Amino acid sequence: MIEIDGVTKRFDDRLVVDHLSLSVPAGGFCVLLGSSGSGKSTTLRMINRLIAFDSGSIRVGQEDVRTVPVEVLRRRIGYAIQSIGLFPHWTVEDNIATVPRLLKWPQSRMRDRVTELLELFRLEPEIYRRKYPHQLSGGEQQRVGVARALAADPELLLMDEPFGAVDPITRDALQAELLRIHRATTKTIVFVTHDIEEALRLATQIAILHEGRIAQFGSPLEILERPASDFVSDFVSRQGLGLKLLSVRRIGDRVRAGETAAGEPLTVDTSLRDALSVMITRRAERLPVCDAEGRNLGVIALADLIR
Amino acid sequence: MNDGLDLTARRPAYAPSIAIRNQVLFTLVMVGIGAVASSGFIGYAPNRLVSGTPIPLWVAAGGLPTVAIAGLGAILLAACAMAPNRPVHCAVAVAAGLLLLLVLAEVGQAASILASSTKPSSRISLGAASWVLVGCAMLAVADALQRLSANIGVQLITVIAIGTGVVMLAATGTFDALSIAREYESHRQVFTDALLQHIALVGASVAVALVIGFPLGVAAARNPRLQGPMFAILNILQTIPSIALFGLLIVPLSALVAAVPWLAAFGIAGIGVAPAIIALVLYALLPIVRNASAGLTGVDRAAAEAGRGMGLSGRQIFWQLELPLALPVLLAGLRVVIVQAIGLTVVAALIGAGGLGTFVFEGLGQYAVDLVLLGALPAIFLALGADFILQAIATPLRRRFAR
Repeated sequence: MIEIDGVTKRFDDRLVVDHLSLSVPAGGFCVLLGSSGSGKSTTLRMINRLIAFDSGSIRVGQEDVRTVPVEVLRRRIGYAIQSIGLFPHWTVEDNIATVPRLLKWPQSRMRDRVTELLELFRLEPEIYRRKYPHQLSGGEQQRVGVARALAADPELLLMDEPFGAVDPITRDALQAELLRIHRATTKTIVFVTHDIEEALRLATQIAILHEGRIAQFGSPLEILERPASDFVSDFVSRQGLGLKLLSVRRIGDRVRAGETAAGEPLTVDTSLRDALSVMITRRAERLPVCDAEGRNLGVIALADLIR
Repeated sequence: MNDGLDLTARRPAYAPSIAIRNQVLFTLVMVGIGAVASSGFIGYAPNRLVSGTPIPLWVAAGGLPTVAIAGLGAILLAACAMAPNRPVHCAVAVAAGLLLLLVLAEVGQAASILASSTKPSSRISLGAASWVLVGCAMLAVADALQRLSANIGVQLITVIAIGTGVVMLAATGTFDALSIAREYESHRQVFTDALLQHIALVGASVAVALVIGFPLGVAAARNPRLQGPMFAILNILQTIPSIALFGLLIVPLSALVAAVPWLAAFGIAGIGVAPAIIALVLYALLPIVRNASAGLTGVDRAAAEAGRGMGLSGRQIFWQLELPLALPVLLAGLRVVIVQAIGLTVVAALIGAGGLGTFVFEGLGQYAVDLVLLGALPAIFLALGADFILQAIATPLRRRFAR
């Protein structure tokens, strides 16, 4: 879906992005992770040409982004930012319909799309569509911001620390919603954050950026288990590596088939961390496991978590 | 239960003293009482040249009207001590509005009675007490509306109600004996022309100032380095006294017309409308440029950034985001400019631009205060009206954009 090939960007004399290459398949959720000044945000903003790059190439789909007129390109790519930037003088409905309006969709189609998106984000359409941004809570504003980015059904969604300014509880809910929506819509997402927990939770691929280069590119599990350098290992394991591993590993491959246990079953894609949490609250060392359709698969035991 | 204090048991048996709950209204009532007690309700002069003798309310209006005015005053005074709730504020607004109309009616009535027994050359004008009463009554109405947090609709209805009352009093000839009405009568033909000329001068100069000032404001917002020199020049212009600026323009404009004679065909001359509009435009520039620039600079950068990221063109960002979001601040600047221009245009009569100032300077020359008022009062009401209308437009916009 996205091919970034040897892209370089200088601001004055400072090399911000240095021969960076990266490839994200369609449907992937790629997190650009790094501290401030690592070039992650610049990289993201070069994809929709908010920042012009000096050399190299970026392709979205099969097209070189520089061959497409810049406004046409941006209307094809969803874009959400930390400061949200909802238009304060427009209703939620008008805000969400920004890009469809630019693309001159018919009124009825825009209305239906707004309804659909508000429902997707669990905002009651008839209550929320006529509200103004200042009447919404921070979490609601951010939901509308992401809904606006999704409005014209773009194949690609760029998100620049979208949950950086909301409280931890809201952030947790928004992350869960984004995961749900990513699974439901199979969009390609490129997501910038400096928060390792957020990256581990959301990403199918993580690119750790350091001084404008990729320090490591791989799945969350690969990055935790086989850090490519001391920098990566320092960066990801500053505290609680074990707990981070628990949160990215799933119980699926540890199930004891054929055994049974009492209680509400866990689904196979539950993380080890969540399984441990349930064991502690239920004071149970063994929990039943089922698949997505609810069929019984076996048991996960406390000892299996640390194997 | 048993550790609670029973306050009622300790309340003193004597009656509590009266507390003033509404300081503003109390002050207004006291000022009104003071004015009535110490100054004339109407002024009487045997002719235009001598200064008038003040005649107090009870002498001028007689017993019954005095009691009626005092009664309304007593109601307002009583309201000062009442709990500040909506019915009380409504009652205050109604009583103060009635007081305003009653004072005007009684002024006219008293003037008619006095006029019937004196020579036609005599001048009967509003006394200090009636001016103060009218002013205090207006402020009391405004204060009551403020306390009711009345919306623009209610405010408009109130203004229309009081305005209709005043117009009806005028239409039934109540004010005919007052000298200001006589001045109006003798200047009837030129008054309408002067009023329209005044409005035209204000309209033209504000329009020209907008056409020049708005692009300058946009440029200043886009390029902050321009702001220093630009505002320095505009600030200096603003500090030149208006009479001096009107005078200063005579020389270069006369020279210009002398050098390029065909300009005279377009009405350009050292005196008259051309220098008046130029001066008014120069004064209007600073508020317009400053507010346009401040309004645009104040637009949320994140909104513009998000707009750009979603594929709005530069022009779309300006017209759809920046301009509407800057509009409340821009309108606030326009309000200042229009009110200021209405006042300055009075001075422009000095260089032959016409307008309501004609009466003011004519009156000053003849020592005829009523003629001065004939120019000044409409200018004041024009300014108040323009201010009210622009506020009515700007307030809901500002509320909508509030975050």
